Amino acid sequence: MTNPYVPLLVMGLLAFVMGLAGLLSSAVIGPKRYNKIKVDAYECGIQPSPHAASGRFPVKYYIVAMTFIIFDIEVVFLYPWAVAFTELATFGLIAMIAFLLLITVPFVYEWRRGGLDWD
Amino acid sequence: MTFVPPSIDWAALAPIVIVLGAAVVGVLIEAFVKDAVRRMVQVILAVVALGAALVTVAWRWTVVQAQGPAELVGGAIVEDTPALMAQGVVLICAFLGMLVIADRVGGEDGFTPVAAGAPGSTYEAQARRLGLVQTEVYPLVLFSVGGMLVFPAASDLLTLFIALEVLSLPLYLLAGLARRRRLLSQEASLKYFLLGAFSSAFFLMGLALLYGYSGSVRFADLAAAVPAMVGMDVVLLAGVVLVLVGLLFKVGAVPFHSWVPDVYQGSPTSITGFMAACTKIAAFAALVRFLYAVVPGLTWDLSPLLWTIAILTMIVGTVLAIVQTDIKRMLAYSSVAHAGFVLLGVIALTSSGISSVMFYLLVYGVATVGAFGLVTLVRERDAEGNVTGEATRVEQWAGLGRRHPVLAVCFTLFLLSFAGIPLTAGFVGKFTVFAAAVEGGAWPLVVIAVLASAAAAFFYVRMIVLMFFTDPDQDAGSTVVRTEGTTAIAVAVCAVATVVLGVVPTPILSLTSEATKFML
Repeated sequence: MTNPYVPLLVMGLLAFVMGLAGLLSSAVIGPKRYNKIKVDAYECGIQPSPHAASGRFPVKYYIVAMTFIIFDIEVVFLYPWAVAFTELATFGLIAMIAFLLLITVPFVYEWRRGGLDWD
Repeated sequence: MTFVPPSIDWAALAPIVIVLGAAVVGVLIEAFVKDAVRRMVQVILAVVALGAALVTVAWRWTVVQAQGPAELVGGAIVEDTPALMAQGVVLICAFLGMLVIADRVGGEDGFTPVAAGAPGSTYEAQARRLGLVQTEVYPLVLFSVGGMLVFPAASDLLTLFIALEVLSLPLYLLAGLARRRRLLSQEASLKYFLLGAFSSAFFLMGLALLYGYSGSVRFADLAAAVPAMVGMDVVLLAGVVLVLVGLLFKVGAVPFHSWVPDVYQGSPTSITGFMAACTKIAAFAALVRFLYAVVPGLTWDLSPLLWTIAILTMIVGTVLAIVQTDIKRMLAYSSVAHAGFVLLGVIALTSSGISSVMFYLLVYGVATVGAFGLVTLVRERDAEGNVTGEATRVEQWAGLGRRHPVLAVCFTLFLLSFAGIPLTAGFVGKFTVFAAAVEGGAWPLVVIAVLASAAAAFFYVRMIVLMFFTDPDQDAGSTVVRTEGTTAIAVAVCAVATVVLGVVPTPILSLTSEATKFML
């Protein structure tokens, strides 16, 4: 039996080569015909908003992003808890309620301090 | 496999629960309490919480003395005397640091009212005219202290990592909140965040390797696996070294020190004092636990590495401190050098090493909080005579001893303690650490440390000469602003502690030597 880390090393090397091969082959054999749409920023198919460098722009999205993180983290823990609900029994229930109450605190803070008002 | 819920000893967790609970309540205060009284409520809550946690730690100390150490929450946290000692020292420095943070020096909050506003923008000027304050600082500091309380008590790598993040994330934010010199502050915040995230990645990689090596993240299982496993030394050593990188980064040891001067300079000065003292205490306590609990079998493999780091830290910190022209940067490099001195006690790998480290950290912590507290008071004047930002250029402190003797004498005291002059606490601290290092057989390090201390004395004494024996430069006129009183109290306590620990250190020394009696 060889070192158990050898397959891991081989897999890492293969992943590296695959990534590099994709980049290299598209750089070498890909056609290079640029037009405006091709070099534009990609925003899921909609008209890209003006460049950040060209002036002031609202950064309100960051509050939405942070709100998302609150609930994202909540769900990350809720799913495994739901799967192991019967095993964890009362201890898990109490711990989860404590967690949910705590994670509501930043949301309450955001709501009271106007983070949910768009204008 | 059935799930067995861990029993939770709430009394033993009380110090941590008090501080983190107060932080959560602080966030709710932000949400519901009116602007006019919010700051007052936050300050009272924070000070009371830190004081209560300190009292609880003292109570738990007596309990552990009577009943011995214990594992809490399924072995994630231990309650033993080194952990309680470190928590006590963190809480003392955090309490004093909180008094400095709470002070509206010169009638102006030290923190920016609009953290997102660009420096010099009309938005910012408007907020300043309206007298807006951000009181989120207090819960953030409490969250950070909560992490620092878990850090030295963590007994598995995952808890250690979570504590590391809980203590770091609020500090990244706090570093960027300075009211004056916004650009420097924002730069400090970003640098600290990026480099901190980078070092956390190292820590996590090390954690993963150690888990792969031993199949457990618990310190005890790791320690048991070290002599049992043969032929996987590379994984073990790589893991240990990577975890050490994460811890040494927080400590600010060379070559992981590059963030220290920029962050200490750019952060609000009261935060710098808190961060310089408390982070270092917590990180060294965790480092000591990791080295003593996990890798005593690796002493021979690790000591060349640790010796190199200690020597580099002492020399680089001292030499670069000599050439600084900014007081905050000078204190930052001096704190790097002090990290090197503390490393001597850590390397000694004896019980007297642990107790000397604890004593040194207390001494360094009070002097640091006091010194940075005084820096917040000395301000510049612009052409119209308005008081502006802090006078951090060294030459602006010229002649301060004549105009403000009390302030200059206190600052001198802290500098003498940093330099390790007899009859100050710093001397006793250095003496105990050097003695422990000699006992542990690290005498070449002690020789270098003594030489570095002698060289370091140069820039501390130069500062003293500048304050007392140099005529003030009229162009660089500085002034001392009025405090609300809390900074004065904190500085006075720090000064008294520096003298008392230097003249009659025996009670505290016997306390710190008891700290190793019940180590889990």
